[in-house]
Amino acid sequence: MSDRPMRVLIVDDEAPARTRLRDLLGDIADHCPTELVGVAGNGVEALRLLEDAPADVVLADIRMPVMDGVELARHLARLSPRPDVIFTTAYDQYAVTAFELAAVDYLLKPVRAERLADALGKALRNAPPDDERLARLAPGGRQHFSVSERGRILLVPVSEVLFLKAELKYVTATTAQRDYLLDESLVQIEQEFPGRFLRIHRNCLVACEAVAGVERVGEQDGDARWEILLKGVAERLPISRRQWSAVRQALKL
Amino acid sequence: MESIKQKAERPPVMRRLPDFRNLGILLRTLLLVNFLGLLTVLVRESDPAALTTALVVMAGRLELPLLLAVLLLFMVQPWLARLGPRAGVALIGVCVGFAVMVTFPLLGEAEGDSLWRWLGWAVGATGASLFYFDYRSQRFSPALTEARLMALTSRIRPHFLFNSLNGVLGVIRSDPRRAERALEELADLFRAQMQENRDLVPIADELALCERYLDLEQLRLGERLQVRWLLDTCPRNALVPPLLLQPLLENAVYHGVEPASGPAEIVVHIERRAAEVLIRVDNPVADVERHHAGNRMALDNIRERLMLFFDLEAHLETERRNGRYRVSIRFPYRRKSA
Repeated sequence: MSDRPMRVLIVDDEAPARTRLRDLLGDIADHCPTELVGVAGNGVEALRLLEDAPADVVLADIRMPVMDGVELARHLARLSPRPDVIFTTAYDQYAVTAFELAAVDYLLKPVRAERLADALGKALRNAPPDDERLARLAPGGRQHFSVSERGRILLVPVSEVLFLKAELKYVTATTAQRDYLLDESLVQIEQEFPGRFLRIHRNCLVACEAVAGVERVGEQDGDARWEILLKGVAERLPISRRQWSAVRQALKL
Repeated sequence: MESIKQKAERPPVMRRLPDFRNLGILLRTLLLVNFLGLLTVLVRESDPAALTTALVVMAGRLELPLLLAVLLLFMVQPWLARLGPRAGVALIGVCVGFAVMVTFPLLGEAEGDSLWRWLGWAVGATGASLFYFDYRSQRFSPALTEARLMALTSRIRPHFLFNSLNGVLGVIRSDPRRAERALEELADLFRAQMQENRDLVPIADELALCERYLDLEQLRLGERLQVRWLLDTCPRNALVPPLLLQPLLENAVYHGVEPASGPAEIVVHIERRAAEVLIRVDNPVADVERHHAGNRMALDNIRERLMLFFDLEAHLETERRNGRYRVSIRFPYRRKSA
C-alpha cells in the first residue's frame, strides 16, 4: 500500500447509515488510515462528487433511489483510474442471492469495524468485478447509459434513447437532443433491455416507445422495403428483410 | 419441562357456535340446507320426469321454515353468543323446531305429511349444518393460520430489523436519547409481533403501534417519510385484527418511500360508514414491478386474517392510479362489548 491514506466515498440513502460508516472509518483509522472524500445519497450524486474529488474506494448501498449501488458500480468502470466498490446491504434476499451467485463480496449492515477494515484492505489488492458480472447482479437493467467525456461521466437516461446504431467499434445512442458514443455492443444492450429496444436491422435497435409507425417505400424503383417512423425526429430507420416478421410481431402490426 | 409438556399436548380448540349475524354464515346456511333439500329429492325421486315437480314441491315446503329459522337465529344471536356450546345447540334446536311447528299447519298438513318427518328432516339438516361449521372453524383455526402467518411475516421482517438496528447504531454516538427511543419502539413492535393472543383489538391500540413504527422509520428515512392521517371520523373504539394496519404501512414505506429520492407522502384514511369501517392506505409508486412478490404476500396474509375474523363481510381491494398505489379494506364495525 502507498503511504497516502486511501480515499473513500460513502454512498447510502439513509443518513444514520452514512454516519455509522463514517464513525467506523474513524475507529479503524489507526491501522487502516483513510480519507473521507465525501458522502452521497445515491449513485447519481456519487458520480457528481467524484468529478471533483476522486476516490480509491466507494462504499455503496445496494438499494438506493434514483441510482442503486450496482448501477453506480457499472458506471464507475468508465473512470480512470477506476475506483473499487464495496457493496453494503442490510438485508435484501434478492440482492444477496445474486451476489453470492456472482461471487461478488458485500458487507452486511450493521457493519463491523473488523469486516470493514478487512474489505478495505482487500479492495486494493483484488481486481474489481467486470461489467458482465455486475450486470448479472441487477435485475431489470440500468436506468442510464454512461459516456466518458473529458474525464467526466455523462449519464444518458435509457428512457430518453430513441435508437441505437452500431458503427464500427462504437454504438451511437440517439436522443431527441443529440448523439452519444457508447462503449458497448448492441447484442449486450439488446439482452439487457428486452422489451424496451427492438432489433430492426443488423446494426440498429429502436426503442419501442419511440416508434410512430412503419411505411413502405421504394415500390417504384424496385427496391421496396419498410421503414420505421419515429416520434419527434425526422430520421427514418430501415427495417431489414430478415427482421421484418419479428418487428411486425413485436409492434403488433 | 412444563412448557415442553404444554407443547406436546394438542392445544384445546375453542368450540364456537357460528355467528348468525354474519353474512357469510347466513349465506352458507341457506345454501347448505337447500343443497340438502336437493339431495333428499334426488334420493327419493327415481323418475327423472317427475324430478322438476318434486323439486318445486320440496322448495315450497323448505323455504318458509328455513327463512323463519334463520330469522329467529339472527334475533337470538346476542344470547346465543353468551351460552356455552351445549346450551347454544339446544337454543338453535328450539328455534328450528319452532319454525317447523309454526309453518307445518300452513304447508304440510294439507298435503298429508307427518310433523315428525318434518322435524326429523329439520334435525338432520341442523345437525349437518352445525357439523359443517364446526369442521370449517377447526379447518381455519387461528392456531393453523397463526403458524402460516408467522412464517409469512418473518420473510419481510429482516429488512426492517437490520435496517433499523443499523439506524440506531448510526445515531447512538451523536444522539443517545434518540437511539434509546428507537430501541424502545423496536421492542414494542416485536412484542406486538410475538403476541400469542390474537383477538381483535381497539383500532386506537393499532394506531398507537403504527405511530411507534413510523417514528422508528423516520430515524432512517428522515424527511423522505411523510404521513398524512385522516382520522376525523375514525371510530377509535372499533375492533380490528391486531397488526392489520402496521404491515400496510410497512409495505407503503418499502415500496413507496424507500425508492423515492424526495419526500413521499403516505396517506392513511380511516372512517366509519354506517355499519362498516373503511381503511385506506395509499402511497406513491416510484419504480415499476420491483419486488412486488413481497407486497402480494403481505396482502394475502391480511386478506386471510380478515376472512378468519369477518368471513365474507370483509373486503380488501388494491388499485393503482396516477402514480399512487392504494389498499382499501372494509369490514363490519364492531365495538368492544362491556
